Amino acid sequence: MSARSISWFRFSSPATFYHLAGKMVPWFSAIAVILIGVGLYMSLFVAPTDYKQGEGYRIIFVHVPAAWMSMFIYVVMALWSGIGLVFNTRLSAMMAQALAPTGAMFTFLALWTGALWGKPMWGTWWVWDARLTSELILLFLYIGFIALQGAIDDNRRADRAGAILALVGVVNVPIIYYSVTWWNTLHQGASVSISKGSSMGEVMLITMLIMTFGFWAYAIAVSLSRVRSIILERDRETTWVSELPEMQVQ
Amino acid sequence: MAMFDAFRAIVLRDLVLAMRRKTDVFSTLFFFVIVVSLFPLGIGPEMNTLRLIAPGVVWVAALLASMLALERLFATDHEDGTLEQMILAPQPLFVLVLGKVAAHWLATGLPLVAMAPLLGLQYDLSVPALEILLYSLLLGTPALSLIGAIGAALTIGLRGGGVLISLLVLPLCIPILIFGAGAVEANVSGLGEQGHLFMLAALLVLALLLAPLATAAALRVSAE
Repeated sequence: MSARSISWFRFSSPATFYHLAGKMVPWFSAIAVILIGVGLYMSLFVAPTDYKQGEGYRIIFVHVPAAWMSMFIYVVMALWSGIGLVFNTRLSAMMAQALAPTGAMFTFLALWTGALWGKPMWGTWWVWDARLTSELILLFLYIGFIALQGAIDDNRRADRAGAILALVGVVNVPIIYYSVTWWNTLHQGASVSISKGSSMGEVMLITMLIMTFGFWAYAIAVSLSRVRSIILERDRETTWVSELPEMQVQ
Repeated sequence: MAMFDAFRAIVLRDLVLAMRRKTDVFSTLFFFVIVVSLFPLGIGPEMNTLRLIAPGVVWVAALLASMLALERLFATDHEDGTLEQMILAPQPLFVLVLGKVAAHWLATGLPLVAMAPLLGLQYDLSVPALEILLYSLLLGTPALSLIGAIGAALTIGLRGGGVLISLLVLPLCIPILIFGAGAVEANVSGLGEQGHLFMLAALLVLALLLAPLATAAALRVSAE
């Protein structure tokens, strides 16, 4: 191996990754603040008023990116879980554990903003639409993952049990999605389609992408700083933690 | 011992154990009966409403009853050390898991299936609908036991295991609930139940293939 190539396994050690994550958190936080700031300004002031839905539609600039992130984070979580099981690396499981609350938060945000949007548009807070229902089930899957890890005292067992659950969940997610879709189309009674007939304007699309990248940076910053806490908590007995400058204050 | 002999031995052993502790079998069955009987008391005795909700009620009750039974699937074997011996056995663990799940379904799932048409009569379902209810439960409850075994294996020896199993497994069982109750509803409304039954059968095959592997992996994690 040449000297210039990065040895990725070097960063699979919590002691090394702790410092790398510490350097990355401020950068991603700054990116998140800037992008979400710009995105919110554009979605509230720059994007034109929708001719059909009025001003109320602007909540989709938070809603759609949050829904995307909620699904994406679950897949990333399952990916880290898979890596953790295969290579038996402690850090991968810690990453999965750190991502779960953020994913659950985005799922909840998507449901909440969806309800706020549904009230003026559909006249009801909740509709048993296929997407809403599967988003709700996704929230249940996140809660199950967090509850399982919380119930197990032994860290190693919690990591691996959570990893198996995340992998089982990720296999199930498409099945759940398609069965819910089918279930919904068979019960046409209350169904309201979310998909709009007209294609989205360019400004709206750009705003939505900026918000998505902002949420992305936020998710990275938050989960990295959470993983730093998890590392400190688990390795609190080790020498390298006791030698950290931030531990010398007391 | 060959693989199939081990499978058969486990099924027979667990069935004998279940017969010696009949309360476990009957408590699950009566939980099912009680839950189904509570709905008319809560909703009202109008037969038209009851006929409409019957498939969903019976299916949700079956789902909850099978969750209730799962807690004991591996618990006693874990307490007396049998589980460790199974993990150490030369036969593949997922075959042994399959044996345990099969016995568990025969002892707790099959009585539910047999009882369901009787409960359907209380809800004034027609005879063809009762027949479809029987088929859908016959295809669906083994899949519930298979998926539930993953949750049971993950939560061995944990505080509040029973509630935790439901929390983990219920979201994963939603497709089976949809197609199971959907089959009966489709029959009642005259749409034809075949599509739903085929989907249930497909889910059962998928669960039969994948769930024992996940359960075996979970057992190794939990018994470490």
